[in-house]
Amino acid sequence: ICRECFYIVFEDEIHQTIVENNLFKPGDRVAIGASGGKDSTVLAYVLSELNHRHKYCLDLFLLSVDEGITGYRDDSLETVKRNEIQYGLPLKIISYKDLYGWTMDDIVKAIGLKNNCTFCGVFRRQALDRGAALLKVDKIVTGHNADDIAETVLLNILRGDIARLSRCTFITTGEDGPIPRCKPFKYTYEKEIVMYAYFKKLDYFSTECIYSPNAYRGFAREFIKDLERMRPRAILDIIKSGENFRISTTTRMPEQGTCERCGYISSQKLCKACVLLDGLNRGLPKLGIGRTKGVAGGDSDCEQQAKRPERSRSSLQGKHGNVDF
Amino acid sequence: MAAAAASSCGGAGCGPHCSSSASAAAVEDAAAAAAEKVGRLSLSRECGKCGGGAAAVAVAGGLGLCGECFRANLLGKFKLAVTSNAMVRPTDSVLLAFSGGPASRVALQFIHEMRCKAIESWDVSNSQALPVFGVGVAFVDESVLCSKPRDEIEMAIEDIRSIVSSLSTGVKAMHIARLEDVFSTESEDGERRLREAVDMIGDDTGREDFLRCLRMLSLQKIAMENGYAKIMLGSCASAIACHVLSATVKGQGYSLPADVQYVDTRWEIPVVLPLRDCLAQELTLLCELDSLKTQQHLDRPSNGINSLVASFIKRLREENPSREHTIVRTAQKLKPFSFNKFSADGYHDFLPSRLRPKFQKFDSDESTFSEILCLMCGSPFSESELQNLESTKHKAQKKIDLYTAHCCQSCYFQILPAGENLNEHFFSLLPKLWTGKMDTISDSHSLLRDQIEEYLLEENDDGN
Repeated sequence: ICRECFYIVFEDEIHQTIVENNLFKPGDRVAIGASGGKDSTVLAYVLSELNHRHKYCLDLFLLSVDEGITGYRDDSLETVKRNEIQYGLPLKIISYKDLYGWTMDDIVKAIGLKNNCTFCGVFRRQALDRGAALLKVDKIVTGHNADDIAETVLLNILRGDIARLSRCTFITTGEDGPIPRCKPFKYTYEKEIVMYAYFKKLDYFSTECIYSPNAYRGFAREFIKDLERMRPRAILDIIKSGENFRISTTTRMPEQGTCERCGYISSQKLCKACVLLDGLNRGLPKLGIGRTKGVAGGDSDCEQQAKRPERSRSSLQGKHGNVDF
Repeated sequence: MAAAAASSCGGAGCGPHCSSSASAAAVEDAAAAAAEKVGRLSLSRECGKCGGGAAAVAVAGGLGLCGECFRANLLGKFKLAVTSNAMVRPTDSVLLAFSGGPASRVALQFIHEMRCKAIESWDVSNSQALPVFGVGVAFVDESVLCSKPRDEIEMAIEDIRSIVSSLSTGVKAMHIARLEDVFSTESEDGERRLREAVDMIGDDTGREDFLRCLRMLSLQKIAMENGYAKIMLGSCASAIACHVLSATVKGQGYSLPADVQYVDTRWEIPVVLPLRDCLAQELTLLCELDSLKTQQHLDRPSNGINSLVASFIKRLREENPSREHTIVRTAQKLKPFSFNKFSADGYHDFLPSRLRPKFQKFDSDESTFSEILCLMCGSPFSESELQNLESTKHKAQKKIDLYTAHCCQSCYFQILPAGENLNEHFFSLLPKLWTGKMDTISDSHSLLRDQIEEYLLEENDDGN
């Protein structure tokens, strides 16, 4: 398949995914979660192209989260700022510092490298929603690709997280919430995204997060790459399995509610972000990490990682941020 | 079973730690090194149950147990699984599938002990109690596909025989069946067809899964021909965890719950898994502690997705011994199928009265078994597979099309040869026990079609 045909097939597949799943309707204001990495850069580019070509009539925005990681996030945000100019999409940046009073640099100083991904994942998820609310958008789209979703299916099986297992393959989540999230790249392979970015010479930032240098090489990610080499369709087969799982009706699922402090969605009295923030502000950063004594019921919807011993967590850490659904 | 047999001790089996520090890690490493040296899961601390001073054995969950308590723990899980799922009734004959590996060896030992105890109770009660269930043992001989020297294979099979005959009260019978017998009663013809069918499968994983299907078919055949009411497998939590991930990777998320329950009645002879809650490491260790002889020279080297999954899980287990249980527990929360429990009228009549209400409740909730099962592996069809089957039925020109449509997507992709001619030849080789069912359905289907055509002709005549 030649380059031009690859472009057409790649873009049409994504278009088909968008249309068949009714991801958008005309007039929607859509925020693209933009990290500067290859997935979100390609997503911004392709969505902009398809919006023109197929006349979706969407208002597109770039939405970035500044975690406050010196030497990493500031550089990647420069990439997004260039994308803003290149693609003509307005950019909104929201930072942990503004929202929480803490940067990731501060957090890592307080708790060390271990577990800092828990804070970052929980905070980023909420920050994205808050940024979307400020932009008054109707939808958020993220660049999660097929490899990410397959990895999440496996991780949820490994962790015994049945609540997440039941919804991690949804192409749209949070439809009953204020701002739904969509994954147009749900069926798109990571290697195709890389190839597309390469041939189109798209400007993206590819350095991994400095605070989780080995996160990319988690066991699950490595396993999925081995699978893909052995049987390329395994990634889509995993997603299909995830879609076909039927949860037993006798399994108790966590109930949705709101945090009594900040109003964010939560199955507990306080959302995970407030619990973690409270710990930081009180000088007890370990609060909210690991096993929680005396807390009954299901996990908080915001919780990125299941409550597991520290020793086992690192091996299951997926790519930075991408396992957070 | 093969996966269970292939499992091995993976070093220290310490329970999970809520926190870790440098010194704790150092102690842990030392313990791991020591454990590795003795080649078993052992820590020098007191038994968590009886407090005895003997060398303790660590089990998943962090509890240290002495040899006796460890054994009692596993036997307790086995007995609980058997009784709380009504796996064996007093009138049943049970066929235990024995591969020579640690898991089925333990299952053999435990079911034997349960039977001995039942016999003692029966004797004491002067024959007023219920009769005692019977036990037979089956070994599926796959040596025709094995590349090892014939005499080595013969010795291994002789070991299998001696293990079974060494049990103090003899089992009812020992059945050794060659895998190729499911193809044909004539030895050479069966062998030829088996080899030819296997050689036509291009995918390593597909070949493995095909052999697994044949193994189940062979066990079913032995059980039906010899009057057994149940087939007991030694599948343990570790093998089931591997299966959960393998099935997920093959797109079988819909049907996977069928394979991980204690009871599976979709087959002619129901299949039960009493060791579902025990880990391969624990069973291997028990074989060592009790000097239970195993025979694993017949294990075949494995490539493909199944072995990739097994090595992945082994790696996870080394980091967290409870991981396998977590995986199985996740799968337990998926919805089982109607055939994952016994539902025949009167099935639970032999149960002690205190247990009966639990099962009767289920009986009243019972719905009709309506799943369509894959021709080869027996997986229930998902909605998309059913749709494909329905559309094929309407436009099927040849029998081959119906055969193909009755295979699940996983078998279709990894087992069926590409190309229609090859496909036709492949199906002609398959055991009649599989294709015969299809022929029956196909005949009734064409009969129905004939009736419809006659009706249309009559309608036409009336019109004239």
